[in-house]
Amino acid sequence: MSDLDEFRDMFFVECDELLEVLATGLRRMEDPLSDKETVHGVFRAVHSIKGGAAAFALTELVTFAHRFETVLDQVRSDRLKATSQVMSVMHRCSDCLSDLVSAARQQRSPDPQKSAVLLVELEGLLAPEEEAPADFGFVPITIALEEPDSTEFGEIYNIRFTPHADLYRSGNEPAALLNALRKLGEATVQIDSASIPPLKDWSAEEPSLSWQVELSHSGSKDEIATVFDFVEDCCELSIERKAAEMHPALDQAPLDMEAPTKAAPTDEGAATPSTAEGTPSARDGAAGATIRVSLDRVDRLMNMIGEMVIKEAMLSQVIRTASLNEDPDVSAGLDAIRQLAGDIQESVMAIRAQPLKLVFQRMHRIARETSDATGKPVRMVTLGEQTEVDKTVIERLVDPLTHMIRNSIDHGLEDALTRQRRGKPQEGTITLSAAHRSGRVQIEVSDDGGGIDRARVRQIAEEKGLIAPGLALTPAEIDQLLFLPGFSSKQEVSALSGRGVGLDVVRREIMALGGRVMINSVEGKGTTFSIALPLTLAVLEGMLIQLGDQTMVLPITAVQETLRPSASMLHSVGQSGRLLASRGELIPVIDLSGVFGLPRTELEADDGILIVVETDSQRRAAFRVDAIFDQRQVVIKSLEQNYGRVPGVSAATILGDGKIALIIDPEEIVLSSSSDHNRAAMVRAANG
Amino acid sequence: MLQSISHNSVGKSDVVAFKLADQDFCIDIGLVREIRGWTPTTVLPHAPDYVKGVINLRGAVVTVVDLSARLGFGPADPSPRHVVIIAMHAGRVVGLLADLVSDIVTVNDEHMQSVPDLASDPSREFISGMITFDDGRILRKIDLEQLLPASQGGEA
Repeated sequence: MSDLDEFRDMFFVECDELLEVLATGLRRMEDPLSDKETVHGVFRAVHSIKGGAAAFALTELVTFAHRFETVLDQVRSDRLKATSQVMSVMHRCSDCLSDLVSAARQQRSPDPQKSAVLLVELEGLLAPEEEAPADFGFVPITIALEEPDSTEFGEIYNIRFTPHADLYRSGNEPAALLNALRKLGEATVQIDSASIPPLKDWSAEEPSLSWQVELSHSGSKDEIATVFDFVEDCCELSIERKAAEMHPALDQAPLDMEAPTKAAPTDEGAATPSTAEGTPSARDGAAGATIRVSLDRVDRLMNMIGEMVIKEAMLSQVIRTASLNEDPDVSAGLDAIRQLAGDIQESVMAIRAQPLKLVFQRMHRIARETSDATGKPVRMVTLGEQTEVDKTVIERLVDPLTHMIRNSIDHGLEDALTRQRRGKPQEGTITLSAAHRSGRVQIEVSDDGGGIDRARVRQIAEEKGLIAPGLALTPAEIDQLLFLPGFSSKQEVSALSGRGVGLDVVRREIMALGGRVMINSVEGKGTTFSIALPLTLAVLEGMLIQLGDQTMVLPITAVQETLRPSASMLHSVGQSGRLLASRGELIPVIDLSGVFGLPRTELEADDGILIVVETDSQRRAAFRVDAIFDQRQVVIKSLEQNYGRVPGVSAATILGDGKIALIIDPEEIVLSSSSDHNRAAMVRAANG
Repeated sequence: MLQSISHNSVGKSDVVAFKLADQDFCIDIGLVREIRGWTPTTVLPHAPDYVKGVINLRGAVVTVVDLSARLGFGPADPSPRHVVIIAMHAGRVVGLLADLVSDIVTVNDEHMQSVPDLASDPSREFISGMITFDDGRILRKIDLEQLLPASQGGEA
């Protein structure tokens, strides 16, 4: 039984991949330049899902996939044109199919209404005379499932088995397989030597034997198939029940669930070749060079490497304390270890990295659904799908991105009429893009809508008491108001994006990932939300700084320069304000000891070291610290897990001496040190 | 969550007893992961006064709560003789700073009493029950759930 569960899990993992292939393929089909192979790929995906589903007796899924497949088959054979209307139905079918799969995975019954509606629509697409053979093709698979009950007395199966060279090459032995067959029931085995070439053409590498087995077996066909489970890729196999009382078409149900077949195979010949032709292409991607590893294992590996990085730091500290680092052998060895640790870490991170495509894919659907619900026609463009980020980041991006896409369509885009009036194409465009940018991943959601109506935003914020009336705000600051909890600019709560949660939730989720959300809006042109995310949640390159008696870590990505300022570079403003004049620019100085409420050092502020940082939102500030120790990789440890969020701190890490150091969040510090208290409070509120 | 281990008979449970400002307290043994000596903590900015900071427990970041301050005895001045009881509650690991661990005691449920109404003493809300002994000793059972700082800032 646990085996079965395992297969079940595997099936669903495969389904995810297939659904992805399906969604990508459907989108590619809309491209007029797409070739036939795209349609074939889509068809194969649906077919494979159907096949797998049948093996697990997921009737709703099979029924739906089947009808879907039938329509696809018509498109494939040019009997049905892939008009935009047809494509829209197909997209919705793809969504529905994925719903059905997840319903099946969670073992709950799917919403019958939705699939029923689509089934009818699909039927409408079919040319009437094609329906009969289609159903015909469908029947065999369901019945194959019920077979165990209906075959108590033992049926006679005809099995034809032709091994390819690969079967021998992989060390499989036909005799063992045939013996296994014999265990299932009484078997008459006949060797078919007809295809053995004359001796002069004969090659030892090329097998030419095949076997014909007549097996009387009381179980299902699947049981027979399991015998060949491990060799199904490298042989031709057909298993047929000797027809007598049953429908003749039953016999031809192809065994290999993954192989695409014609909708209704009509003779023996049709089933076998299609198996041979379809299997390799369907498997190329999966079987070639990849293995599936549970995330747990990778995580464990990652944790251990994290520990190793810490231990390495510890070791080098000990060696330095013992003044052994003068010895060239020691330092060379240590360097080599450090190098290796870095390499291993990178490799493991590469294992964990996944293309953002996995998330972006789902966003097409969100866009479609939102478009339907709002009645605004939307075209969704994705760029940079191949950008890779850590798997955990990917998973946790789904919700915020969903929300942002909905938000962009619901709030960002104008309705079709307004767009027309403004001379824009009726169809709104949402662009979802991703790219690597200086050690971070930048994801952008842009719309070509009307931009943020700042006067309106301001009015709402004032009405809701989020800001004091008449507060002087720059446009960028007004945009930030959108991230305040309790802000919703839509007049009435809409079913989609206004569920009491707003962009503040998006921001909080992104921040929990160590990322940032920024807005850039141009009136009349559209709005762009950008998310900047760290590549990994595990390791960070940091600068170790001293504040009072505490050691803290500043992410190196934010650091622009460090300097020991001369008095002439510092200018006081009022009582406590200080500015650093650096290359003609005035940068506010922030005393980190003060920010963290640490006991002030005796030193004058001028005596410290200044670190000029630039945050993701392009704000600059100079942090005053007592000393800078070192620059090194630190392993990120969550503070929130056992404690909670600390303002100005993004996480913690463990230093070489085993002590914990806090990792500073420059952005939050710069924002919250903003001169205007009202604004600072607002930022703090927005940051949760 | 761990079940209280090692009591075979119904109606009995084991607790770890510890001293704090000359009063005896205890905590269910099932919640206790380990007991270790005090080591200096890394101070958390903007933390409540009863949060001593965080320590490194084999790679995990663990908050240390000053029980003395939390229960209203005033902040402790920890020395290496102080102990930190590492306890786990609802998936969160926390260290409890105490003066010393005295014993592991098996208690009969019948000896467990609810806390009498103590007006407004701050410790009242963190104590879930009193255990009385024949020799007149009293153990105050800590309610870990009440004790822990709610997740700071947001819902984190």
